[in-house]
This record gives sequence, structure tokens and C-alpha cells, in this order.
Amino acid sequence: MGQPLIEVEGLRKLFPIKGGPLNARTLGHVRAIDGVSFTIDTGETFALVGESGCGKTTTARTILRLYTPDEGRVLLEGRDVHALTGDDLKAFRLAVQAVFQDPWASLNPRMRAGTLVAEALVANQRLPKAEVKARVAALLERMGFPAWKADLFPYEFSGGQRQRIALASALITGPKLIVLDEPVSALDLSVQAQVINLLKDIQEESQTTFLLIAHDLDTVRYVADRVGVMYLGQLVEETDTEELFENPKHPYTQALLNSRLPLHPKDRREELQVMGEAPSPMNPPAGCRFRTRCPFAMDVCTEVPARVQIAEGHSVACHLYSE
Amino acid sequence: MTRSDLPSENGGRHGGDVVLQVIDLRMYLHTRWGVTKAVDGVTFDLHAGETLGIVGESGCGKSMLALSLVRLTPEPASRFEGGQVLLDGDDLVALTDKKMRRIRGKKISMILQDPQQSLNPVFTIGNQLEEAIRIHGGADSKEETKQRAKAALQEVHVPEPERRLKNYPHEMSGGMKQRVVGAMAMVYKPTVLIADEPTTALDVTIQAQYLRLLRDLQRRTGVAMIVISHDFGVIAETCDRVAVMYAGKFVEQGPVADVFDNPSHPYTKGLLDSHPRYVGTARRLRSIEGAPPELTNLPPGCRFSPRCGLAGPECHESEPEPRQVSADHVTWCFKSEELPWASH
Amino acid sequence: MIEDDRNGTGAATTAVAEPQLQRVRSPLRGLVRFRRGMKRYPWLPVLIVVGLLIVPAIFADFLTPHDPLRGVLGDRLRPPFWLEGGSSEYPLGTDKLGRDMLTRLMYGARISLVVGTITVFVGAVIGSTLGMLAGYLGGVVDKVVTWLIDTFLSLPIVLLALVIVAAIGPSFITIIAIISATIWAIFARVVRGETLSIREKDYVARAKVAGVGSFRIIVRYVLPNLANTLIVLATLQVGVVILGEASLSFIGAGIPRPNPSWGVMVADGRDNVLTQWWLTLFPGMAILLVVMSLNLMGDWLRDFLDPKLRQQV
Repeated sequence: MGQPLIEVEGLRKLFPIKGGPLNARTLGHVRAIDGVSFTIDTGETFALVGESGCGKTTTARTILRLYTPDEGRVLLEGRDVHALTGDDLKAFRLAVQAVFQDPWASLNPRMRAGTLVAEALVANQRLPKAEVKARVAALLERMGFPAWKADLFPYEFSGGQRQRIALASALITGPKLIVLDEPVSALDLSVQAQVINLLKDIQEESQTTFLLIAHDLDTVRYVADRVGVMYLGQLVEETDTEELFENPKHPYTQALLNSRLPLHPKDRREELQVMGEAPSPMNPPAGCRFRTRCPFAMDVCTEVPARVQIAEGHSVACHLYSE
Repeated sequence: MTRSDLPSENGGRHGGDVVLQVIDLRMYLHTRWGVTKAVDGVTFDLHAGETLGIVGESGCGKSMLALSLVRLTPEPASRFEGGQVLLDGDDLVALTDKKMRRIRGKKISMILQDPQQSLNPVFTIGNQLEEAIRIHGGADSKEETKQRAKAALQEVHVPEPERRLKNYPHEMSGGMKQRVVGAMAMVYKPTVLIADEPTTALDVTIQAQYLRLLRDLQRRTGVAMIVISHDFGVIAETCDRVAVMYAGKFVEQGPVADVFDNPSHPYTKGLLDSHPRYVGTARRLRSIEGAPPELTNLPPGCRFSPRCGLAGPECHESEPEPRQVSADHVTWCFKSEELPWASH
Repeated sequence: MIEDDRNGTGAATTAVAEPQLQRVRSPLRGLVRFRRGMKRYPWLPVLIVVGLLIVPAIFADFLTPHDPLRGVLGDRLRPPFWLEGGSSEYPLGTDKLGRDMLTRLMYGARISLVVGTITVFVGAVIGSTLGMLAGYLGGVVDKVVTWLIDTFLSLPIVLLALVIVAAIGPSFITIIAIISATIWAIFARVVRGETLSIREKDYVARAKVAGVGSFRIIVRYVLPNLANTLIVLATLQVGVVILGEASLSFIGAGIPRPNPSWGVMVADGRDNVLTQWWLTLFPGMAILLVVMSLNLMGDWLRDFLDPKLRQQV
């Protein structure tokens, strides 16, 4: 297997909350990511799942260098991503691309589709115009658009089409890693399927690695090889996809799986798996952060649980498995 | 209105009298860019204690349908072009604004998708609840109104209601806010409650709790509910009957289990086939070609025909008449017989 | 006027409906109705602006045989042609130096247009540039620019104008410079705010991930998406500037005499307001109609541009 493509080590990111007169005082910090570590192998699709506030989007954006971590590192093929400059930085940009959630907000409304798709290429490499144009046309065709549509503006496309343009703009540099932040959540059901199929095709054709941020477990199961579950800024469980769905170990993972709505009235359940609301990320509970809502909470849970390998490739951070 | 036998867990039967009758409702939006036929001939009945789900993708008109039922459609663009909405002897379409205001909130009420939009950020929860109470009540003393507000919060299982009354919306989580919105809607125990995408803005673990709350409210008060969603899971969890909406019209309608087991319209089938959980990882997701039509520029004949794999010449020429699939299950499709049996 | 929910989904309060705006019961009712009427025919304000401002400004030389600066003393203080003593040679009468009012009004339009557009242009360019830089780059740049904005916005413009004019005398350049000094800050503040919100958009994040440099992001991602706001703001500010110039000229700190700025004309007629009313009424009405029309145009532009961009599914 060799060296993993991406290594995240002990990542921590805090956002200060300003308050008081003139917003000068710092009232506290949102502990968006609080000690997250995982690796992604070349060619695999790794999903980070969790509910809002769990830190998955912040993690993705830190990997993309949109945020700088307060602690910890992100390594791309062994090199610290945040220490890159100059040509190395350009190489990084060519190698790591992203697709964002909202198809209506992720494309510059004032730029034509063709220009948008070419941006990453043009910003980091000197190529003759004709070459760029050719690549753009080829990619748009791959996405199912006739080449002349490169001259259209985003508002002339539908939501699903815009996501495909966003995907094209991520693929044009032939990246090693594409970060997809909730790529289909804002789309209609029937369109989601189109985009998901497209992702699967790309997955099969090329060695591109995907980091998928999602909250919909069914999509994740369909697309991802490995899954990491996050809660309040920490990674609570990490394993292969099928293993996660068949054999979830962490109580939160179990709760997530059980909270999925049935797809047929006969599958309705009476018992609720988890009570209450998630605590604020400003003031997470001491020790295991899930203990305030966990049906299995014990006294020892006031201490931070260590992450334990319970099986090949399957790790959990929970006192139930600490012995 | 009697609270008769409640729907079984299989979502089949519905009991109770008819409390709401919508007959061939048409509501069009007249804008600078043309006439949008948002609701174009919708008919259904709603019985006490039952939940009807309306499912469809964005642009199908389901939200406009909900707004039409409470007469909150965008002014001045919207115009009712026909049909009736009969509630307790009144035709809501024909009422004056003044009369409608007395009914809205009291006999028919609505919960919107995003609690952010429904709650005013500069007033406390207590303030807003009390205002909702005063609009239709009026005569109670301050103290009584306060007590009623507290009781309303207790109905929706908000812990520490006294304290919560003094909170501002931003001091509450999404799920809690949505409960408050529910409390405001139920304060006068309306006959009909419409929930428009009630859980879309909520987290997965909160979603389930909230839907449970809605069903619980229904069990206790016998309110008839209409749940609007694009998520089949929400429909499966809460509804007894479901109507599938496309381009301003219903294309299929029936008990939830029947429609899920035996989708009789190509669109319904297409939607169900594109859901990853149904399909499993081994197979490719089936997506529906193309996109829904612009409501200002509808195709001739069946509105789904341009995208339909089974479409024949008659589909492109005339709109399908309703066809009985079984006792309560109706579809609007010429080719429903040709649909392969559901395979999930 | 009720501002309708513009994205068309009719997002409204839940159980409670907002009552419709009742008829305005006040002496302003007539004005509200007038404004509403104007809004319904958006071409009307445009017509006024073109007819009263742009056409005379450009074609004054061809439209009138009279000299705006030199009058015939023998024809002083003639009333408009429909009154006794008036003549069709001077359709709107003459001022106390015998200069034709209509001619002076037309040349006054030129002054208003020139001063208005140049000032707004200068202010917009300076203001937008500083606003974008402050909004996008943040940090020290933002702090400095914000301080500048606050300082310039708090300048007492009238006092300043009087002082400067007392020192170096009134002139076109002076008044353009003085008014620009305030206008730029308005542009800067608005542009900075918009930039801050554009900066957080996903399409800017995408550009950063793509490795696009800051300069290109500001020029191709931020600026074009500000365009609508800028257009509306500029239109509204032209009206503000015209009014400002008229006010300053009225007190003598603006356009120097004998130039026929509308403000100067109102000042000149001040002493005889009741008897020779045409000296103040016509320039006053010109100012009123043009500024109000520009405001309405700006409002209409804002409504016109806004929902179109938010193409809802």
C-alpha cells in the first residue's frame, strides 16, 4: 500500500467568539476540531460523516488550506501542506481540488462556464490558450455537455448541471485528491443519482482519491470505501464502510444509523435511540463528549476515552472498548 | 368532529370524517416572466386524525400548494384561478382577507421549513407565543396568556418551559426552535396542520425526535396533518397516505405502503429507484433523464412525458385521466400497466 | 410601500398573518400616492431625468438663442409668458440682470449633470477600490480604511466648504473635490460590506482552492458581483450630489456666480420670493423633480436587478 496520500495528525482548530463592546473581548472558543487524526490511502474514497457542528467541514477546509490549524499537521505524500510555498504550493493546488455543497453559491455568477472550469489550470500552470480550451471542451463533454455550453453563465444551468461543472473544474488539473463537501445534499433526489453515478464512474476510471463530507449515510454507503464518524470536533469511530454499517461500535454511530428514517411504513420504530440535543461546541462536556446523550454512559466516561483498534482497520474512541 | 379509529402502523386505513376538501385547486403566479401554473388542478380529501404526505422535487409546486391552503401566497403575483378549499363549511379561496385571518392559526395552521425564518430574532419566545395566543384569544389577562404559553411549550416537550419563555431564538438549538414553532401552530388546536419540510433544516438525530413529536401531537389532539417533503423517509415515517406531485399536479395518490410497494407512475418509480438505500451498492442508481419543466412553459399532454421512458403518442397529446390501481390508490398515467413490478 | 418578499416563496410568519398596510392616514397621503403613481410608470422618472437634465445639458447651445451669462438690462424681471408683462421671447421670465430664465435653467442642467457625474465617478472609483481592498484583505488595511471612512463621513461638509471657499475662492474643481471627499466614503462603506459577504461565498473559496491569486479574485470575483449594488448606489448618489451642489451653491460655497447653477439661481431670487416667484420656483422645481426622479430610478433599478439574479427553482 505504501505511504498514505493524506495524513491528518492531531488537528486542532479553534474559532474565537468575539463579544463585549466593539467586539473586542474574546468570550470563548468554538472547538471546531479538537484532536483529529486519520489517513487516506491513494485511490480510496474516504467519507467523514456527522451532524452539523461536528467539525467535518472545518476539517475538509483545513486540508484545503482555507484554514490554518492551531495544532497538528496535514501531510500530502509526507509533506506538510501548510508549509508549502511557491512552486510547491502551485503543485499542491494542482493536486488537491474541491467541490462545494451549494450549486447556486459555488460558481461565480459573473464568469462563463468555460472560464470557471479552467481557473485552477490557468492559475497554476502556463499553458497555451488553445490547449486550455481543448482540455475544457474535453472535460465538459465527459460531463455530458456540448462544447458550446462553455460560453454560458451559471444561471443558465440547473442545479445538477452546476455541480457537474464544479466537478469538471475540479478534475481539469488531474488532481490526486478531490474534496467533496456535501456534493449532493442541495440537489433534488433524481439529480443526486446522476451526480453520484458520475462520481462512481470517475472513481472507477481513475486513481483519484476522494474525501467525501456527508451527512446522508445511504449515499456514503453507496460511494465510500472507508468512513470516519465525527462528533463535536472529534473522530469517534473509523472503519471500512460495510463494517460500519454491519458492526457499528460507538454508541453515537449506532444512534446515527438508527435515526435514519424508514423507507417503508412497516419499518417504523417506536424506541428512540438518543435523547436531547448536541451540546454547544463552545463548551463540550469533559471527558467523552457523547456521554451526556449516551444510553451506555458510565462513571469512567468523564475521562477522555483513548482511540482503540478493536479490529483490523477498525478503531473506536469509547470506554466500552477500552479494556 | 370525532376522533375515530386512528391509522394503523401500516399506514393503510384512515378513519374519521373529512375535515378538509380541496377540489380542483388552481393557483397561478403572474410574474414579469410569464404565468407560472404553480398549482394546476389539485384534488384531495383530508380526514380527522390522518396524515397526508405530499412528496415531490423542488419546483413541483408543493410549497405553493401549502401556501395556497392558508392563503399566504406571494402578493400581488398570485391569483386563484379556480377550485375550492372547503374547511368547516367555509371555502377558504373565496373568503375575504379579514375572515381568513380569523381562520388562519385557529382552524388551519402551518409550520415552515426553517425555524430561523419563522421566529423573530428580536423578541423572546414567550413574547412571540403570547402574541400568537392573543391574536385569536384577546380577552385573557396577562397572567393567563403567560400560563397558556407555558402550557403550549409543555405540549411540545420543551424542558424548563418557564426559563425558555425568556429565551431569544438565537439562544435555542434548531430542534428546540422547531418545537416552539410547532407550539405556536398548535396553540389553538387547529383542525388541520400543515408542515412544510419540517425537518429539512434539522440534524438527523433530531429529525427523528421531531417527527415523533408530530405524530404524538396528532394522537393526542386528533389534528389532521399534511406533511410536505422531498424526502421519502419523512413520508414513510409520518404519513398514512401520500400524493406525489409533479409540475403542479398530483401524479399518484394512495396509502403509503401501497405506493411504496407498487409505484404506479413512472415518476414515482423513477424517484424510488434513484434512492441509494433501495438500490444497494451492487447496482447502479437509476436517475431520471432531463429536468422538470418550467412551470411557465409546460409540455403538451402529460407533463412527465418528455422524460418518460414509456411515453407513447397519446402521452404527448393529452393529459392522463385518473386510473384506479386499487381501492384507494390512484395514478395519472396511460402506461401504468406497463411498469415493471417494484423490485426493492 | 410594503416590501414584498422578493424571492417569491412567500416566506411568512407561521400561524399569524401580517395585516396588510392600511391606507396612510396623514397629510402625506397625497405624496405617497404620487410616489406610488410614479413607481407604477417607471419610464416617467426616466423621462423627467432625460428631459430636464440630460437633453438640456447636452444641447443647451442649440436650444436657446440667449446668453446665460449676459442679460439685457432693459428686460429685467420679466414674468413668464402667460402673465401680463411676459413675452414669448423669455418663456419663463428673466432674472434681475435681464437673463433669460429658461436658458439659465438649461445651462444649469449642464452644471448639475457635469458636477453630478464627475463627482460620483471620482467618489465611486476611490471608494470602491478602498472598500474592496479593506473588505477582502482585512487586517491593517481594513482598520486604516475604516478609520478613514469614519473620519470623512463625520466631516461637516458645509462648514468645510465655507472655510475652503473663503480661503481659495469658489470654483468647479473645488466643489467637485469637496463633495467627492464625502461621497467616496459612502461608496467605500457599502462596497466594503458587500465585499465582506462576497468573500465568504463558496465561489470565492473555490477560487482560493484553485490557487487563484488575490488580485484576480478581487477583480474577477468580487468586483463583477458588486456591479449591481454599485449601479444602484451611483444612480442614487447622483441625485444626492446634485442636491448637495445646489445647497452649497445656494450659500455661496459652491459654483461661483455668474454660472447658472440651480442653487445659485434659487439664492439669487431669494429676496423677491413672493413677488418675482419665478426666480426661485423654476430652479427649485428643477432640483426637486430631477433629484426625486433619480431616487426613483435608483429604487426601480434595485428592484429590477435584484430578483432576476436570484433565479429560484
